[in-house]
Amino acid sequence: MSEPLLVVKKLNARLGAAQLLFDVSFEARAGEVLVLVGRNGAGKSTTLKAVMGLASISRKGLSGEITFAGQSIIGREAHEIARLGLGYVPEERRIFTDLTVAENLEVGRMPSRTNVSDAPRWSVERVCELFPKLAEMLDRPGGHMSGGEQQMLTIARTLMGNPRAILLDEPSEGLAPIVVERIAESIKALKREGLCVILSEQNMQFASAVADRAALIERGTMTASGTFAEISASMVSVG
Amino acid sequence: MTALLVQTLNGLAAASSLFLVAVGLSLIFGVTRIVNFAHGSFYMLGVYIAYSVATYFGNAFGFWGGVLAAGVAVALLGVIVEVAILRRIYAAPELLQLIATFALVLIIKDAALYIWGPEDLLGPRAPGFTGAVEIFGRPFPTYDLLLIVLGVAMLFALTTFIKRTRFGLLLRAATEDREMTDALGVNQKLLFTAVFALGCFLAGFGGALQLPREPATLNMDLNIIADVFVVVVIGGLGSLYGAFVAAVIISLVKAYCIGLGNVAMFGVEFEFSKLTLVAEFIVMALVLVFKPNGLFGRPFSHPRASEVIETPIGKPSNVQYATLLVGLMLAASLPLVFDEYTSVLATDVLIFALFAASLGLIIGTAGLGSFGHAAYFGLGAYGAALAAKAGFGFAPSLVCGVALSLTASIVFGWFCVRLSGTYMAMLTLAFAQIVWSIVFQWDAVTGGSNGIVGVWPPELFSDRDNFYWLALALCGAGVLFCWWIVYTPLGYALRASRDSQVKAHAIGLSVMRLQWAAFALAGALGGVAGAIYAFSKGSISPDVSAIPRSVDALVMVLLGGINTLLGPVVGAAVFTWLQDTLARSTEYWRAVLGAIILLLVMVFPKGIVGSIQSLTASMKKRSAA
Repeated sequence: MSEPLLVVKKLNARLGAAQLLFDVSFEARAGEVLVLVGRNGAGKSTTLKAVMGLASISRKGLSGEITFAGQSIIGREAHEIARLGLGYVPEERRIFTDLTVAENLEVGRMPSRTNVSDAPRWSVERVCELFPKLAEMLDRPGGHMSGGEQQMLTIARTLMGNPRAILLDEPSEGLAPIVVERIAESIKALKREGLCVILSEQNMQFASAVADRAALIERGTMTASGTFAEISASMVSVG
Repeated sequence: MTALLVQTLNGLAAASSLFLVAVGLSLIFGVTRIVNFAHGSFYMLGVYIAYSVATYFGNAFGFWGGVLAAGVAVALLGVIVEVAILRRIYAAPELLQLIATFALVLIIKDAALYIWGPEDLLGPRAPGFTGAVEIFGRPFPTYDLLLIVLGVAMLFALTTFIKRTRFGLLLRAATEDREMTDALGVNQKLLFTAVFALGCFLAGFGGALQLPREPATLNMDLNIIADVFVVVVIGGLGSLYGAFVAAVIISLVKAYCIGLGNVAMFGVEFEFSKLTLVAEFIVMALVLVFKPNGLFGRPFSHPRASEVIETPIGKPSNVQYATLLVGLMLAASLPLVFDEYTSVLATDVLIFALFAASLGLIIGTAGLGSFGHAAYFGLGAYGAALAAKAGFGFAPSLVCGVALSLTASIVFGWFCVRLSGTYMAMLTLAFAQIVWSIVFQWDAVTGGSNGIVGVWPPELFSDRDNFYWLALALCGAGVLFCWWIVYTPLGYALRASRDSQVKAHAIGLSVMRLQWAAFALAGALGGVAGAIYAFSKGSISPDVSAIPRSVDALVMVLLGGINTLLGPVVGAAVFTWLQDTLARSTEYWRAVLGAIILLLVMVFPKGIVGSIQSLTASMKKRSAA
């Protein structure tokens, strides 16, 4: 088994007086899809944001260990983490609505990154092969796209940074089943490229289609981890 | 007809510089969400630097080189300011940011005073553009024509730059969602610094271009920033086209007002040439009522690194009541112990304590940003002074002053509570500027810049100590009233609306009406302070309602601690004493004051009382554990 790419050990996050995460630990390897499952408000999104160093979680409130590709990234700024090759696809998609599809992709492009040698390289042409629909609407403003199209764009935009791993926050939310299937296909394709995918998801059918391993998060803490089948079984038994 | 066309050209020429300064402010706001009060100061520095370079060389190279050098020098200064100061306050509440950049205004003004002296400096004419061309049979300066062309050219250049370059793309992306831009690997710090430098370059460049049209003076900073606020609010914060369109609108409105001169309407003679300031703020107020985000604007989110959760103000304990009583007795015995000068200074402290406490009601209890509280202080002062001059007695004059500020705060408040955040702060500022410009420009009634002199209290209170006791009674009652409000149902409802507007709505509170009530009350109480102030000084000038007075009140509240009862009072005392001491000891007291404000915002954002409270709270926690 290869070295884990992302290692999270005893991650705690607090915001003011409230503690949001308690000793969350997990690992993920290249070419592997890890799914974080759990209910609304359990701490899945918070975990991903904390790993990414996003300001809305407040880096000062983090403690524990986060290592990516052998480097400690806890407390570092999001753009530094992104430049190390960790991509983030947010929950609400957060497309730049004033910018066209092509411009959205351009924002995600990282012009001069040399330190990530083993990551797959992406270009506008290549992300359009993955999501052919985007090719038809490169000049369309991001605000004039459907939810599914925006979801494809937000993944494509993150890929433009040539990441080795991506954090995907609830990509199936609010999408039609046919679009969810399309997204699942693309995640499998990314896995084949050797990407490490950490996915937060509530849609169990979608999760089962892509997951290699899973971890259950409840009330800000990790209560179980293992294969997806084990975790979904434990969820049923818990009720 | 030709007169109208000439005025149009005049207006367009004036619009160019205004556009450059405003678009700089707007771009900076779009990305950093900071309203840079010091942007007018950067403009002023541009004029001064261009003057120095142009007169040093004394030729065409000196002039045009000076214009460019002014832009570059101001941009470099902007980089220093951004890195040293702004980076530390990006996550601070809006009011703190505004106050911090106002501190820069004070520092830059004194720096300019030190370097260039107090005299107005008239720069050279632009080489090659000294003449005039005939347009519709009237001479029109060629330099003004150049400015018109330059303004349009800059709009085109900036649009292309922002549309076509990667920097422009990142700027647009960050304006929409800076956290997402960060997560995509864009260094926010560098981007912010670059945008700030660009905005400052435009301010310095815009200022330098004004050199042949007006002399460099130390008042340029606040004059232009008021105009610039109006422009960006009308155009919509963050919008390039908005800044251009609004700069043209405002400049034309001003030019037409001047062109109209005196006009008789409905039997009343209107001096339109003196209504320029009022006119632009009325345009702004109208636009905000119909388009709350400006003509081309959009609502802005204010991402914060960490939401500050306010500790609720508890019921006062018996110890606190006893302390209050002792404090009042000590205050009452003050004239018996100290000399008359202390009584005069202490009277000022009392007046500003009420002024600050009334502002605290709006920004602390109601959680609304007001940047124009001096409007009500000024109206209280002018109302009382005018009534006294008209032959009213002392008490009725005070009532007149309060009635005037209450009326104004009811009217202005109606508009203000319809907006929120930065826009609301700017609208309150605009209303204060309307009040200021009316008292400043309406010579016949208010005495214009000379103000009103000979406003004296009756015989009994002409004694300084007696007046102090009167002020203690009136202002003390006012401050206690402000505190009492916090514990009334109105106070609880206001605090609820502040902490969560949505939840307050959901439990059936009419948030807007509550805020309106708070606004009106605070205005009336500010008016009480103003009315007493007029009688304590014996004379008043338009300064009572000017921007610095509003900022003084904010600094007092901030200095003491925003969400504390005692804060505004402590802040007023410390601030008044500090200002008095500084003004007597150094010519550059503004710069010192500015430095103190910056220190406060960056190191003690909770103020004196707030810091002491958190200190005692953490000590209690420690001793309990």
